[in-house]
Amino acid sequence: MMLDEPLDRPKPISVAQRLLAGLHLDGPLLMALLTVCGLGLFVLYSAGGQNTDLIVRQGVRIAVASVTMLVIAQIHPKFLRLWAPWLFLGGIILLVLVLVMGETGKGAQRWLDVGIVRFQPSEIMKLAVPMMAAWYLHERPLPPTLRETLTVLLLLSMMPAALIARQPDLGTALLIAASGVLVILLAGMSMRLILAFGALALAAAPLLWMNMHAYQRQRVLTFLNPESDPLGSGYHIIQSKIAIGSGGVFGKGWLNGTQAQLEFLPERATDFIFAVLGEEFGLLGVVTLLVLYLLIIVRGLYIASQAQDTFGRLLSGSISLTFFVYVFVNTGMVTGLLPVVGVPLPLVSYGGTSMVTLMAGFGMLMSVHTHRKLIPQ
Amino acid sequence: MFLAPSRLKDHWREQRLFLARSIAGAMLMIFLTSAVVLRLINLQVVHYEHFSDLSQGNRVRIEALPPTRGLIRDSKGVLLAENLPSYQLEMIPEQVADVDETLEKLTAMNLVREQDRERIDQDLRRHPRFRPTALRYQMTDEEVARFAVARQRFPGVDVQAGLIRNYPYGPVAVHALGYVGAVSQTDLERLDAADYAGTTHTGKVGVERAEEATLHGSVGHRQVLVNAEGRILQEIERSPPDPGRDVTLTLDLQLQLASESALGDRRGAIVALDPANGHVLSLVSQPGYDPNLFSIGISTSDYTALRDDPDVPLFNRALRGVYPPGSTIKPVVGLAGLHYGAVSPWQRVYCLGYYTLPGHSHRYRDWKKEGHGPVDLNGAIAQSCDVYFYDLAVKLGIDNLQSFLGAFGFGARTGIDIPSEKAGTLPSREWKRARFARREDQTWYPGETVITGIGQGYLEVTPLQLAQMTATIAARGARFRPMIVAARVDRATGEAETLAPEAIPPIEVTDDSYWDQVFQDMTDVVHGERGTARRIGLDAPYRIAGKTGTAQVFTIAQGEEYEEDEVDERLRHHALFIAFAPAEAPRIAVAVIVENGGSGSGAAAPVARLVLDNYLLRSDQ
Repeated sequence: MMLDEPLDRPKPISVAQRLLAGLHLDGPLLMALLTVCGLGLFVLYSAGGQNTDLIVRQGVRIAVASVTMLVIAQIHPKFLRLWAPWLFLGGIILLVLVLVMGETGKGAQRWLDVGIVRFQPSEIMKLAVPMMAAWYLHERPLPPTLRETLTVLLLLSMMPAALIARQPDLGTALLIAASGVLVILLAGMSMRLILAFGALALAAAPLLWMNMHAYQRQRVLTFLNPESDPLGSGYHIIQSKIAIGSGGVFGKGWLNGTQAQLEFLPERATDFIFAVLGEEFGLLGVVTLLVLYLLIIVRGLYIASQAQDTFGRLLSGSISLTFFVYVFVNTGMVTGLLPVVGVPLPLVSYGGTSMVTLMAGFGMLMSVHTHRKLIPQ
Repeated sequence: MFLAPSRLKDHWREQRLFLARSIAGAMLMIFLTSAVVLRLINLQVVHYEHFSDLSQGNRVRIEALPPTRGLIRDSKGVLLAENLPSYQLEMIPEQVADVDETLEKLTAMNLVREQDRERIDQDLRRHPRFRPTALRYQMTDEEVARFAVARQRFPGVDVQAGLIRNYPYGPVAVHALGYVGAVSQTDLERLDAADYAGTTHTGKVGVERAEEATLHGSVGHRQVLVNAEGRILQEIERSPPDPGRDVTLTLDLQLQLASESALGDRRGAIVALDPANGHVLSLVSQPGYDPNLFSIGISTSDYTALRDDPDVPLFNRALRGVYPPGSTIKPVVGLAGLHYGAVSPWQRVYCLGYYTLPGHSHRYRDWKKEGHGPVDLNGAIAQSCDVYFYDLAVKLGIDNLQSFLGAFGFGARTGIDIPSEKAGTLPSREWKRARFARREDQTWYPGETVITGIGQGYLEVTPLQLAQMTATIAARGARFRPMIVAARVDRATGEAETLAPEAIPPIEVTDDSYWDQVFQDMTDVVHGERGTARRIGLDAPYRIAGKTGTAQVFTIAQGEEYEEDEVDERLRHHALFIAFAPAEAPRIAVAVIVENGGSGSGAAAPVARLVLDNYLLRSDQ
C-alpha cells in the first residue's frame, strides 16, 4: 500500500515552467520581448532593403542582448543594490571623460574608445540612474521628504542628464532624466511638489531654449512647423507622415511600402522604422505592436508591485515606465506628435548598444521577480 | 540619527503608495498611447486618401539646388577659374533596368564616347546611391537635340543643364590652383553630404581644395511634384542656394606666365614671394597638366598617361619636390658663422681646391679644381668657394648649423595655405638616430657636417622653403607664413574678407650689420667681377642679390671627373638659383630649380633674371 500523498503537495508544474524558474526567467515577459524582437526583424528586413547581412547583425545583437538578460537575471537583487552606487559613480566618471576626450561620431561626442571597444557611457547611465535612485530611497521611509526628493531629482537625475545633453544627445538625456524622475514619482513624491515642479519646469523652458544647440532648436521649430525646413529635419516628418498615412488600415503589404522601398523615408531602418511598419502593415500592424509594448510594461509593473523591498519595487517600476517613455517618444516623433528627438523604437530599430541595455534592464526585472523569498500563494 | 516616529518605515503603507502610483502611471500611459493611436487613426483612416495620393500618383520630391562655385582671380583681378554653362548627360543607375545595354545603345548613338566607358564604369562602381552619374560632359547643341528625340527610350537618363568649371589659362598655375573633380564617396566622408546633395564637383588639390568651404557655398532646394516616371510636373516651393564666395589670390598672372615661359619645357620649379608679407607671387612646377581635363571627367587613358609620364606632371615640385639645396644655402651658413662668432668677415681661408679633415685622407673637393686661393666670406659667397664652407661648417659644428638652418624653416612645413607640401629633411644627430636602424648608421660623422656646409648630404629642401629662405634674407630676418589666398569676396554684397599676412618668429642675429654683409656678398654674386652669376648682372637695370647652386644627383667616386656631356640627361646636376631684387629695397624673392639643368649659373640664373625683369620692369608696377 502506498503512502497517502501529502496534503500540502505543490501543484504540478510543467517542464517549461521548471526550466524558466531554474533560469530565473519570467515566462510572460520573455514571450512578449521575443515576440517584439521577432516582429522587429521582419520589419527590419523590409526597411533595410532586404539586406540579409543587416538581419544577421541585428540577430546577433538580439542574441547578445538576450544572453546579457539571462546573466543579469541570475544576479540576486541584493547585489544589484550593493553595486548601484559604484556603477553610478563609474558612469559619471566615464561621462566626464567623454566630454573631455571622447571621440566624435556624426558631430556629437558620445563614444569612448577603450582599446578594442568603443561604447557610449550614457548607456550605463540608463540603468545606473534608476538603480542609484532606488538604492538611495531603499532604507528610507517613504514618501520621501523634500530633501530626498531634491537629491534624487537634481543630483541623481538631472546632473547625469545634463552631462549627456552636453555631448549633445538630447534623446538619451531625456530618457535618463525620466528614469530618475519616475523613481521619485513612484516612491510617492507629494502631489503638491509634483505641481510645484511642473510649474517650475514650465518657467525654465525659456532657459533650456537658450542653452540648446542650433540644430536642437531647429528641431523644435521644425516640429512646430515641419514645412519650414522640407530638406532638413522637416523632410523626415513629411515623409514619415506620408508613409504612415498611405498605409491605411491594412497596409501596403510586407516589402511593398513605396515610401520605404523607394528610399523616400530617411532613417527607415533606425529611428523611423515605426513608419515602415505603419506603411506596410497599416493601422492593424502598429496597434498590434503598441499592444505588445503595453503588455511588456504592464507585466513589468506587476512584477514591481510584487517586489519585496523598496529597491526592487522602485527599480522595476522605473525600468518599466521608462520603457514606455521610449515607445511614446519614438512613436510620437514618427507620427509628428513630438519633435524629432533621436530615440530609437525599442527592440525594433536597427542598432547598437541600446538593445543590450534594454534587455539588461529586463534581466533586472526578472531577477527581482524570481529571487523572492517564497511566500505562500 | 534622529527619526520622528512618523518617519519609521511602514512597509504596508509604502506598498500601497507604490501601487497607487503605478496605477496612476499605467493610466497616464494608456492615455498617451491612446493619443498616439488617435493620431494614427487620423493619419491612416481619416487622411488616408490624401497621403495615399502623395505617395502613389504624384509624389513630392525634394530636389537639391547646387550652389554656384566661387570664382578664382589673380591679384589683379584676372579670372583664373570660372564656371561655364554646359549640358551634360546623366544617368541614375537605380532607375535604369539594364545599365550595360543602355550604355551600349548610347555609345552606338555616339552620345557616349567609347574612351569614357572605362571611367563611367569606375564612377558607377563608387557612385553614391540615387545620385546621377555623368555619362558625358559638355554636349553640343546638336547632341542635346539628338538625345531629346530618343529620350523616351532611355528612362533614368537625362540631359542636365549645369555649370562646369573652366580654367581659361589651362595648365597655367595648375599646381597652385589645383582642380575640381567629380565628388566621390571618399569626398563625401570628408564633406557634409547634405550640403553636397546637388553638387557634382569638389576641389581635389591646390586652392580649389584648400578653399573648398569658401568656394562651394551652401545648397538650396525646391519641392516639386513628380509623376510616377519621376518627371517634374510642378514646382511647389523654392529656396535658392547661396553661391560660393570668390577667392582672390596673391598670385600675379603676368609674373606666373613669365615664370612659366622662362622655364620653358624644362622640368623644374619656381617660387616667387613678396618678402614683406609672404605673398606667393608665382608658383611654377613644370611640367604641368590641363585641369580642364579633370572638370570634364578625365578619361582613363588620359589619366594613365599623366600618371605614368616619366616627367610626373601631376607631381607638385614646388611644394613636394625635395632637392639638395647645394650652394644656395651658403649665405645662410655664412650668416651662421658670423652669428655664432665662428668667423669674421675679413678672415681668410686658403683654398687649395680640396679640403681634408684633420687626420683623414679623404679629399672634399671644390668645384674649382685648381682652388680659389685665399678667400674671405665675401669672396667665398661670390665665387661659391666650397672649401671655405667645408671649413666653416666644421668650425660651427652640426648642432649650431642645424639650429640656425632650422630657424630658417628647413625640415618643417612652411604652412602655406594649400595642402600637401612636404617638410624636407634637416639632418641632426637626433634625426640620424631616429632615421636609421643600424647602430653604426646612427652616429653622426664629421664628414657629414662638412658636406652639409655646402648643402649636400642629407639636407633636402623644397623650392618653397628655398624661396622662403631667400625672402627671409631679403626682409633681414622677418619671416612670414607663405600665403596664396589673399581675400575672400562675397560677390552679392561685395564684402571682402582680406587675409592678413601671418608673421612667424623672426631670425635674430647678434649684430644687425651681418645682414648688410650678406646683402653685399649676394649682390657680388651677380654684380661682382668674379661673381658666379655675373652674366645675368651685366645689363641689369636694377641690382640683384643672388646665389647660384648646383646639386649633385649622383655621387662621383674619388678622383673621377664629372663630364656633363657624358652622363645621362637625368643624372646631370640640378641647377638652382635664389635671388631677391632690387638689392637696396627688395620687392621680390625668387627660388628657381631646373632639374638636371647642369649648373646654377648657366641654367637657373637666367630664368630668375627673366622672372625679376617681368616683375620689376613692367610698366604697371
